[in-house]
Amino acid sequence: MTYIRSQFRHPGLPKNDLGYTTKEYEGAISTLCAGCGHDSISGSIIQACFEMSIAPHRIAKLSGIGCSSKTPTYFLGHSHGFNSVHGRMPSVATGANMANRDLLYMGVSGDGDSASIGMGQFVHVIRRNLNMVYIVMNNGCYGLTKGQDSATADAGSKSKKGVANPFQPIDMAGLALELGASFVAQSFSGDKEQLIPLIKAAIDHPGFAFINVISPCVTFNNNPGSTKSYDYVREHMEATATVDFVPLKKEITTSYQKGTGTDIKMHDGSYIHLEKLADDLDPYDRLSAMNALQNARNKDEILTGLLYINPESTDLHHTIQTSDRALNSLGQEELCPGSSVLEGINGELR
Amino acid sequence: MHQDKVNDFVVRFANVNGTGSASANYLFAKAIFRMGIPVTPKNIFPSNIQGLPTWYDVRISEKGYLGRREGVDFMVCVNPQSMPDDVRSVKAGGYFLYDSTRKLHPELIREDVNYIGIPLMEICNREFTDPRQRQLFKNIVYVGALAQMLGIEFSVLEVLLAEQFNGKEKLIAPNIKALKLGAQYVLDNYNYPIDLKLERRDLVGDKIMIDGNAACGLGAVYGGATVVAWYPITPSTSVVEAFEGYAKKMRIDPVTGKHNYAIVQAEDELAAIGMVIGANWNGARSFTATSGPGLSLMNEFLGLAYFAEIPTVLIDVQRTGPSTGMPTRTQQSDILLAAYASHGDTKQVLLFPSDPKECFEMTAGAFDLAELLQTPIIMMTDLDLGMNDHMSDPFVWDDQRKYNRGKVLNAQQLEELPQFGRYLDVDGDGITYRTIPGTHPTKGSFFTRGTSRDEFAAYTEDGDIYARNMDRLLKKWDTAKDIVPAPYLYQKENKSPYGVLFFGTSTYSAEEAMDLMSQGNVSFDAMRVKAFPFNKTVGDFINSHEKVFVIEQNRDAQLRSLLINELDASPQKLISVLNYNGMPITADNIITQISKSLLPAKKLIYHQ
Repeated sequence: MTYIRSQFRHPGLPKNDLGYTTKEYEGAISTLCAGCGHDSISGSIIQACFEMSIAPHRIAKLSGIGCSSKTPTYFLGHSHGFNSVHGRMPSVATGANMANRDLLYMGVSGDGDSASIGMGQFVHVIRRNLNMVYIVMNNGCYGLTKGQDSATADAGSKSKKGVANPFQPIDMAGLALELGASFVAQSFSGDKEQLIPLIKAAIDHPGFAFINVISPCVTFNNNPGSTKSYDYVREHMEATATVDFVPLKKEITTSYQKGTGTDIKMHDGSYIHLEKLADDLDPYDRLSAMNALQNARNKDEILTGLLYINPESTDLHHTIQTSDRALNSLGQEELCPGSSVLEGINGELR
Repeated sequence: MHQDKVNDFVVRFANVNGTGSASANYLFAKAIFRMGIPVTPKNIFPSNIQGLPTWYDVRISEKGYLGRREGVDFMVCVNPQSMPDDVRSVKAGGYFLYDSTRKLHPELIREDVNYIGIPLMEICNREFTDPRQRQLFKNIVYVGALAQMLGIEFSVLEVLLAEQFNGKEKLIAPNIKALKLGAQYVLDNYNYPIDLKLERRDLVGDKIMIDGNAACGLGAVYGGATVVAWYPITPSTSVVEAFEGYAKKMRIDPVTGKHNYAIVQAEDELAAIGMVIGANWNGARSFTATSGPGLSLMNEFLGLAYFAEIPTVLIDVQRTGPSTGMPTRTQQSDILLAAYASHGDTKQVLLFPSDPKECFEMTAGAFDLAELLQTPIIMMTDLDLGMNDHMSDPFVWDDQRKYNRGKVLNAQQLEELPQFGRYLDVDGDGITYRTIPGTHPTKGSFFTRGTSRDEFAAYTEDGDIYARNMDRLLKKWDTAKDIVPAPYLYQKENKSPYGVLFFGTSTYSAEEAMDLMSQGNVSFDAMRVKAFPFNKTVGDFINSHEKVFVIEQNRDAQLRSLLINELDASPQKLISVLNYNGMPITADNIITQISKSLLPAKKLIYHQ
């Protein structure tokens, strides 16, 4: 296969409010396996950012190490990217966010990255409610080291070698709910209709927005007996609702479309429109989300969609009362107290 | 003929950890400082919250020697647990002040020591009703007694108490009462002369007294740090606490009341350094502070910062290792770990401050250096410097000085630039240009990664490109040799076949040892190293002497190894003078070790 992407794009490609086509949101050509779920997620990120008319250079894309963490190279080519160390993307994202609160932080991680080596940082970035989108591309296995079970592999799920995993899985969405994440969603890489609005809503959420995306590994974990294969997920997926993200400016034309669903008002007046399917889920109620997730698990179902949102969420900057201005924009005159203040300090130390 | 020891003796306080003795002992030391007499206090404390023995040494030196000196002239012992050891540590003819509320055990009586019993507990129980006050004021009572015996001016103590309790004026009167109770007891009960005297001098000039950690915290404020991420660990914790204290006064937005800084207490050291790297990558000056165990954890990230070339500032307040070692004792034993932090071929820039003024200056300067060189800068202080008060020259800031942000391209520069390559060596100094995320809509974005990449930041496993990049990093290393602080040479011309080389907190005692040995007609040339990579003059200094004594506070002669490794210095030439018992090295120790090496060629005088 070729690793050179044609520069040609159809001249009639639709443009967004910035005058950009999706081309401006693409990255380098993917080197992941053909059919990798992660590439579908990259496509959803591209589409969501395009549709929301986000200036690509105002996005910082960060990741750890692993197949999933390679994907930021493949989307948003005009954004600064940061491929940090294994599992430690959340800390780099936290520092970056503290330095400049005005960018959009898109963190991408994998199940090895976030559920094992980086579990500590995953837990604490939720605790701090850092304003970022955190997508776990969850395939239940280690692709780069050729197919070992990860901590999210279901007990009994079989690897390519046919060996059943003896250990209980870590449920990333359940964990995020338990830890108090202010936005929790779950989706499937093969379901762009659901995933794109979820990413849009996550971008709009002023706090930690977590999306656990089941993303089959076509090479090492797309076999019979795996619970993270394309076939298995398609057969066992149960959506909480049909999701649509309605930007503020389109409110008048779309918010009254159906009337049978629920409109979740975001902080800036935009909406997440839910065509409700799951009777036992109230997305404002964390306990209800936890119950729904557990009930689905008991039925061997994978519950997808928006699980929980706290529309009153405030982020880390609010908690620690950081300046409204980006800290990296402050100049020496605002940062350095100068010699006369220092002389006063010297005086106090004599 | 008997002579009084005027302004030249050591007082040691033996207390129980957690009983509030620290402020009383500090009051004693600060009062001597205010009388214009050079003084250096050292807190010797256990890794324990409450209950174990703790000591506080105060060295008073008319000559201005500020290193630790062994041998106690006056022991103030209010800890029964450590009393047998404390009695033994007093020099013959010295003094032993104890709480005589309880009778001293006969086994603790030494014929050659003068005993001064003061019923501290009895006095406090009689005079104060509150149980906490009864305990706290025991310490103030002995300070009052010492003031009377040694000659501390009472008015100085009163002023210090007024300053200490500014805003809590109710506490001043009972403290003064406690001081007077101690002084009065001495007047009423003791009438024999003490040969230790304090006399007012004018020997401290405009010097200040502060600990190194506070100086680092203040330096970070002046250096423009805005994002601080940390994980508490002794002995570095007070660096960030000091930064926060100063920032709360100096960095509040006057309109909104919000903070022009962000401090995040991380979940561990790995996260702390990750946050610092993320913030620096995003254009904010950021730092963390830690100690050896934390530095170990940070190694992986430091390798990333070195290879991806991200400015990073880290203050390593060293303590005794390995492992948990002795967490509250001092050492200079993280040198090699820091110099080569992380796997692969890495070299990290180190700074070695030796007093609070340098802590302030080097911390402030570290942010310039980090951005100039786009690499981690590790400040190597230690517990002795960080947690003890030191007499120091005052802090200085030149208002004309501008932060040097290094090679950062703004939107306009990017617009005018025909081609941007993040790792292109445009100027031939190994230092490349960077951009801050969000700068330009279409130009200047790049991918930061720990994997090999080409000059345009694109991932590559091409061996030649990898080697080219590694060679450029070495070129940058060479550039750094002339940018980092140059070593301090104590004289311009070589006068001796022997050189002495030292760094950091060994400086106080090394200078004293040089001074004392020169009085014995043995002179040495001396150099103080202030940074790694070594400036060319360090190699010249070694090459121009027959022997060079390398003074350091670790077992394995880590700086010596670094000198041999990086300068190809002859191992036979470099003679180690080591100290690794967790206590600051003394001048006596240095003289003894050098003497052993040189005798019988030279006869050296021996101090004390």
